[in-house]
Amino acid sequence: MGILEVKGVNKRFGGLQALGNVNLSVQENTVHAIIGPNGAGKSTLLNCLVGKLIPDSGSVMFDGKSVLGRKPYEINQMGISRVFQTPEIFADLSVIENVMIPCFARRDGSFRLHAIETVEREKDIIEQAERMLADVKMLDKRHAHAGSLSRGDKRRLEMAMCLVQEPKLLLLDEPTAGMARADTNNTIDLLKEIKAKRDITMAIIEHDMHVVFSLAERITVLAQGTPLIEDTPDNIKGHPKVREAYLGEAQV
Amino acid sequence: MFGLNPKDTRFLLIVIALTLLTPILLNPFPTESGLAQFNAGYPALMQRFAIYGLMAIGFNILFGLTGYLSFGHAAFLGVGSYAAVWMFKLLSMNVIPAIIASTLVAGVFALAIGYVSLRRSGIYFSILTLAFAEMCYRMAYSVLTPITNGETGLQLTLNDPRILDGGEAITSLPVPGLFGLQMTSYSTLNIAGWSFTFSVGYYFCAVVAILGFYLSLRIFRSPFGMTLRAIKSNQQRLNYTGMNSRPYTLAAFVISGMYAGLAGGLLAAMDPLAGAERMQWTASGEVVLMTIVGGVGTLMGPVLGAGFIKYCENIFSKINEGVLHGWFGFLPDGLEDLVVWIFARFVGEGWHLTLGVMFMLIVTFLPGGLVEGGRRIAARYRNRGKSDAAKQPAE
Ligand SMILES: Nc1ncnc2c1ncn2[C@@H]1O[C@H](COP(=O)(O)OP(=O)(O)OP(=O)(O)O)[C@@H](O)[C@H]1O
Ligand SMILES: [Mg+2]
Repeated sequence: MGILEVKGVNKRFGGLQALGNVNLSVQENTVHAIIGPNGAGKSTLLNCLVGKLIPDSGSVMFDGKSVLGRKPYEINQMGISRVFQTPEIFADLSVIENVMIPCFARRDGSFRLHAIETVEREKDIIEQAERMLADVKMLDKRHAHAGSLSRGDKRRLEMAMCLVQEPKLLLLDEPTAGMARADTNNTIDLLKEIKAKRDITMAIIEHDMHVVFSLAERITVLAQGTPLIEDTPDNIKGHPKVREAYLGEAQV
Repeated sequence: MFGLNPKDTRFLLIVIALTLLTPILLNPFPTESGLAQFNAGYPALMQRFAIYGLMAIGFNILFGLTGYLSFGHAAFLGVGSYAAVWMFKLLSMNVIPAIIASTLVAGVFALAIGYVSLRRSGIYFSILTLAFAEMCYRMAYSVLTPITNGETGLQLTLNDPRILDGGEAITSLPVPGLFGLQMTSYSTLNIAGWSFTFSVGYYFCAVVAILGFYLSLRIFRSPFGMTLRAIKSNQQRLNYTGMNSRPYTLAAFVISGMYAGLAGGLLAAMDPLAGAERMQWTASGEVVLMTIVGGVGTLMGPVLGAGFIKYCENIFSKINEGVLHGWFGFLPDGLEDLVVWIFARFVGEGWHLTLGVMFMLIVTFLPGGLVEGGRRIAARYRNRGKSDAAKQPAE
């Protein structure tokens, strides 16, 4: 049994079958990549995992509990954090505040009224956020306005916001899209480092094969809403069906 | 000090000093001078500054921090006034139980209205709050007449029970007070040509407003305040980060409703009557204008906005055609009549036209409100001073 078990999930948008009978099992403490051409349904699948969408049928079990019908904040509190395809950050807050919010969410749960004590007195939270920012090499920008960051920095910030929660399952939707090569490599190193440091399961969607093959232990290929094949990176690389459906066009 | 960092402490102390010195600061013109009509340092007006400032401070906790624009806060103001007058009638003329009751009753109303309205966001939320406030207004006006005394408004009478301090027969209506100190009592200080009035009513409102300001400062600086700003910035992200935005917005709504209720209680404490018109949508709109004119989401903005609008209201609505003829008497007759006719549209009863124009100008040229105006002036001033020396670091 994997930490995440997706069984027979279907999702239609009008006439479009975005997900058709998707089965996916992600084993604990592994990095599982989901690849596939544009419009394959990868992001839609993640949406079904975090409560953004409810599948028409099928089941999604995390840690032995169903996530279907739960609110996004409940699912996050169960231990799933997600980095979105287009960065979702608090653009009007400072960089460090962006990282402090998930720290509060982790410490205080989904609601706690801390209306009197000042943020400045929350030394533990500040320290935690600063350590995280140092890990993603953004400590020097901690007082910057998050909305003014570059696209690559916004992605790194969002990743920091998810990592600081120490989730059991981290969902990454194209975390390196739009990053310079050097930043992409930094991101790979960061994820490897986190992985080495503690127990964490990652499901990563990526078009950049360099990232996929550097990190993934298992790969699922999704095409037109249905898993085509699931195997180790080495086997996927040489698979004719995969070359035909996906890799051929990605390795330009 | 006060659990704040040195910068905020200094800020708070300045606000306290200005508030306590208001009777002097707002009376810059000698009594006999022609400019005395622009003085604002008399109790009735200063009380309104403090009361509406307090309401705007609370409104800003909701609108400024979360971005949820309520168009129904006058309902809480009205409810607060009714609750206070009932306390005067039933319990005692002491203002303390009255304003406590105002705050609590408004809190209960805010909880109910907020619980329903916050199921929607954006314009739908605004419309829902507007609808609820209008409902409260209609009910106060007609259905609930036994409680609100309908059109006439709720007033004190000679035979109110007042279980704590009533009893003996009285011949004139009692006055709200603070343990024997009457709200209407005052003392006047005459220095040279100036005359300053220090009234119990104003200082009571001022102290309550300062406490309200202090609480809002703490909320702004707290994790709760930060979470509210995160809601305004990206509510989706907050939910995917494990926080349930609903109770946070509801808490902000209830707190701001309680501020409005407290303000309503103070209005009744200054003048013990309560009418339904206090709940009308125009009154709800006014606090929105105050907050925007002063500067949404800033600490001082709402207070400045409230003061600015109430002051202008006072000045412009006092001017009538007679005054205008006096000003433009030097013009040839036909022209004088025309000019007076035009200006008359903008003053007196028509002062809302002036308010509209000012609002448009501020929103267009100073989107950050008066606070932004102040900042720009300060920046220009600093730039000029920069050449002198870089002695002190900028704040
Ligand atoms: N909310 C929605 N409503 C209607 N159609 C949608 C919705 N979300 C996704 N789709 C459609 O479902 C299909 C799968 O979309 P999805 O975003 O999951 O693809 P993807 O694999 O993530 O692609 P990409 O690599 O471009 O991100 C697409 O055809 C898309 O247009
Ligand atoms: Mg996608």
